[in-house]
Amino acid sequence: MVAEHTVKAFDEDITRLRGLIGEMGGLAEVAIGEAMDALVKGSDALAQAVIARDKRIDALEQDIDQLTVRIIALRAPMADDLREVIASLKIAGMVERVGDYAKNIAKRSGGIKERAQFEPLTLLPAMAEIASGMIHDVLTAYAARDAQAAMAVIECDAKVDAFYDSVFRNLVSHMMENPSTISSAAELLFVARSLERIGDHATNIAEMVYFAATGEYLGDRKDA
Amino acid sequence: MALTVAGLVMGGISLPAVALTGGIWLISLWFEWLRPPPPEQPIHIAEKPDLDAVARAAMQAAIEPVGVPLMLTDSARIFAANSAARLALGAHVTGQDARVALRHPDAVRLLDMAEGGTLTLRGLTGTRTLWQMTREALPGEAGAGLWLIELRDRTAEADMGRAHTDFVANASHELRTPLSSVIGYVETLAENPGGYDAATMARFLGTVLREARRMDSLVSDLMSLSQLEAEKHDAPTGHVDLAAVAARVAGEFAHERRVKFERPDAVIAVAGDTRQLEQLVRNLVDNALKYADGEKPVTVTVALRTGGRNAVLAVADQGPGIAPEHLPHLTRRFYRTDPGRSRAAGGTGLGLAIVKHIVERHRGTLDIASTLGEGTTVTVTLPLIAGEL
Repeated sequence: MVAEHTVKAFDEDITRLRGLIGEMGGLAEVAIGEAMDALVKGSDALAQAVIARDKRIDALEQDIDQLTVRIIALRAPMADDLREVIASLKIAGMVERVGDYAKNIAKRSGGIKERAQFEPLTLLPAMAEIASGMIHDVLTAYAARDAQAAMAVIECDAKVDAFYDSVFRNLVSHMMENPSTISSAAELLFVARSLERIGDHATNIAEMVYFAATGEYLGDRKDA
Repeated sequence: MALTVAGLVMGGISLPAVALTGGIWLISLWFEWLRPPPPEQPIHIAEKPDLDAVARAAMQAAIEPVGVPLMLTDSARIFAANSAARLALGAHVTGQDARVALRHPDAVRLLDMAEGGTLTLRGLTGTRTLWQMTREALPGEAGAGLWLIELRDRTAEADMGRAHTDFVANASHELRTPLSSVIGYVETLAENPGGYDAATMARFLGTVLREARRMDSLVSDLMSLSQLEAEKHDAPTGHVDLAAVAARVAGEFAHERRVKFERPDAVIAVAGDTRQLEQLVRNLVDNALKYADGEKPVTVTVALRTGGRNAVLAVADQGPGIAPEHLPHLTRRFYRTDPGRSRAAGGTGLGLAIVKHIVERHRGTLDIASTLGEGTTVTVTLPLIAGEL
């Protein structure tokens, strides 16, 4: 059993805050998957659903902002409680960005022409799977307050970066060989970029989880 | 005092003895003085037993041994989660807001509902997982405000459904590949009525014929597979001499000069279907020949398992072997360790799937042992007909 806080009201606030982060993270994770589905299948309805759902993520971020301000103002948390609240505030901002990237991917799905013959489209789902897996794992690390799991997520980012490099090269050579597909391929470049940024944000969230759990900042990574 | 001592000394008791006794008496006093005071008894105030906590602990104990993930929540918090739930979602779920543990938007929707319900969650614990979540209010007054959440893993069932569609897709793909070749070559021939020189014509027609035959063998494999599926529950009834069947099939491959056949003198009678057992041996020998190096021999052995009541058929090659990670998947339809090579060799991708089905129908076991660089041995064990030995 997790030890409950002595001040019950504070404990309830923290639990609610964590619940909101969890809900927001779940929405962002699903948004990535559905945006990629919309992109690959060319489903406009699915893309619209992702775009509409992003509003809920934004609303949740606002709720979290208000709740953290209220907690700090009313309960004046100290030490690990303060870290938890600050980390949650920052994590909410990052998850909101992840949701935006997913929305961005969904918006671009309309710009791909002649999907069936467009071979570079098959490269991206695997990259999206790693990126959304990172978001899933980092949220689990947040839920478990597990610094080690957060470190494992950070190590994963190299994979996404490597994927981005290879997708980039692949798309550029595809554009040179098939100039007629340049506009579609350019859209995919932006999608790959968004996925890469999602990986970076997962890393940043992992750093905050690490900070909240241990009180230490992870040093800036060289390749950040 | 001095007098007494003097008297005692006079009386023959030595002074050192008196001094010693006195000393011991003093030391004993000193010990009594220094003995630590007894610890204060803690004051017991009869605590009121926390009925809520007791009840919750009892609920935790009640759900713990259940095999499917179960969680109990009050207004928002999970206060009890059984071992299956901790395994699926992580050990941290107890004491957390249920939304932190589940996170999936649909799950959150269900948590927010005033009434319980059931829904399916895709990707709850990782991509491609499928869970069915049920939320139910605990009955009675004592259960007011408490909810039971049950998760059921439907991933395997979804996989089976997907396996079926995958099979249809794979089969169509495998049929279309040779068909595109045939169409391409025939179109080329039709577009040039003047004709080509004899060598080109022969090459084109040879390709068309080869691809058509490949489709033919694929279709017959698909048909035997579907027939096997249809009758997989009926055990075969015929009496078959496994050694004779293997000898006959090995004879078919005699022109290869690489197949060595070893058999015992006795008749090895198994309950079986001659045609299917022939196909089993043929598929195994064919695989061994196809994938092993050109000159290496293939050994077919039929034997009685010593002391057992089983017949053993083993087909061993000295080929490149199969990497361990492929072994569990070899009997899957259209599974290929190296797609390019086995298509070039003319395989349909169904050979071992058919073998597996035949073995299963004959109530036998199939074992594939392989060492990279040394070769592969496929062993089929079939039960003997009782009383035949």
